[in-house]
Amino acid sequence: MAYSEKVMDHFANPRNVGEIENADGIGEVGNSKCGDIMKMYITVENNIIVDVKFKTFGCGAAIATSSMATEMIKGKSIDDALKLTNKAVMEALDGLPPVKVHCSVLAEQAIKAAISDYYTKQGIDPEPIVGNIPECDHCH
Amino acid sequence: MRNIYADNSATTKIAPEVLEKMLPYFTEVYGNPSSLYSVGGKAKEALETARENIARNLGAKSASEIYFTSGGSESDNWAVKGVAHALKASGKKHIVTSKFEHHAILHTCAALEKEGFEVTYLDVYEDGLVRVQDVENAIREDTALVTIMYANNEIGTIQPISEIGAVCKKKGVLFHTDAVQAAGYVRINVVEENIDLLSMTAHKIHGPKGCGLLYVRRGVKIQNLIDGGAQERNRRAGTENVAGVVGLDVALQLAIDTMEQRNEKLTKMRDRLIDGLLKIERSRINGDRVRRLPCNVNMCFEGIEGESLLLRLDLKGVQASSGSACTSGSLDPSHVLLSIGLPHEIAHGSMRLSFSDENTEEDIDYILEIVPDIVSYLRSMSPLWEAIKKKEAQEQANA
Repeated sequence: MAYSEKVMDHFANPRNVGEIENADGIGEVGNSKCGDIMKMYITVENNIIVDVKFKTFGCGAAIATSSMATEMIKGKSIDDALKLTNKAVMEALDGLPPVKVHCSVLAEQAIKAAISDYYTKQGIDPEPIVGNIPECDHCH
Repeated sequence: MRNIYADNSATTKIAPEVLEKMLPYFTEVYGNPSSLYSVGGKAKEALETARENIARNLGAKSASEIYFTSGGSESDNWAVKGVAHALKASGKKHIVTSKFEHHAILHTCAALEKEGFEVTYLDVYEDGLVRVQDVENAIREDTALVTIMYANNEIGTIQPISEIGAVCKKKGVLFHTDAVQAAGYVRINVVEENIDLLSMTAHKIHGPKGCGLLYVRRGVKIQNLIDGGAQERNRRAGTENVAGVVGLDVALQLAIDTMEQRNEKLTKMRDRLIDGLLKIERSRINGDRVRRLPCNVNMCFEGIEGESLLLRLDLKGVQASSGSACTSGSLDPSHVLLSIGLPHEIAHGSMRLSFSDENTEEDIDYILEIVPDIVSYLRSMSPLWEAIKKKEAQEQANA
């Protein structure tokens, strides 16, 4: 199993690592039993994700997909961020080994979970907008 | 940057003396040992000399009890399937093994279960050691074979092999041991230890990949795994890997000749490394500290995941593994670590370092220098670590 140079770059120098104090939305997905937890923090202004940070417990691919996903939504509107697919994250990383595809799914879900939390905090029901966030297949 | 190879339980670098002795068998004495002309005869001679040396080095009564194979996995498959199938007709349909065997044993046992055999998987407890009493209790009237590894490939714990051998002898049950990791680190004597079958491979002891052996005590009924030509006294078909066998012999001899000195050096290095790494908070050594291979260090660091740790070690020039190289394509935590009672989330954060004579005290210094920083960096970005610390603070506040 080998990672692409892009994956290794994002693993070795992950972007947007950390927490945001008083974040507008926080999403956490995965579980420790299956070996991956992603936690994403977003700051939203006028429907734009002006800041995003993450913390991840997981393998190289989990850290790299978290890093890439945060880069891809930073400065984007919530609508655009919701359109981000795990495939797009994978492509941006020049691919992932098949056994690690679920990490990119987790990254997509972490973003959606953070946006859901943002809407909930705004008093808006997130489900019609964000939809249901399915649990990771690999964990079950 | 330093470059430290610390994955010798996965495989080793071939020793120059071994390679040198092997080379003529690729280019000069390349004949088929089964042929009648002289270049074949010379190859046959080399094969039989190696067989005699190896038999002596394992304490076997006769060279004819050594069968050369392609390596540990084949030997394990052959031993377990061969004995099970040979004894099936006499009504024996039960096998005793442990939960933390190599997959070459576990998957073979699973295959036999599908054929109708029954398998008892013994617990290995927190110290990673099989209990002799458990073996004795598990043996039934219809037990065909007990198979327990000599030393574990992930945590290096050395099993009470001669005691298990004695119990098997008393009960009249055949005993196989996978000695792939132990050979070259412990003195093996198949007769004294009552071992009926033993698997070994060359590449873990600075020999070539693709060559191993199965010791089968004379009189043990075993079916063939590979049918074909009459090689290996009709027991294992296929043109012999002469250069490989020569390499296996030289490597084993070398390992035995250097064992005492090497074990002393490695034990010192191992213990210093373990002591140093245990200073990291919420770290643990997996498996008994004393009854383990002198080359093996296996630790867990809570709150981080093993692969990230290994990749960061690699970026710093240290090649290690999180457990068995054979399972690195799998997402599940190590079955060995789960078998010694670790919860999934802790078992995910494992690191195995396995050393050889080529490693130095300076390597240990370097590893002790970089691991704490890597662990604390990964913890700083781990939500699991955050949760652990939060829980810890809460518990302290409540106390």
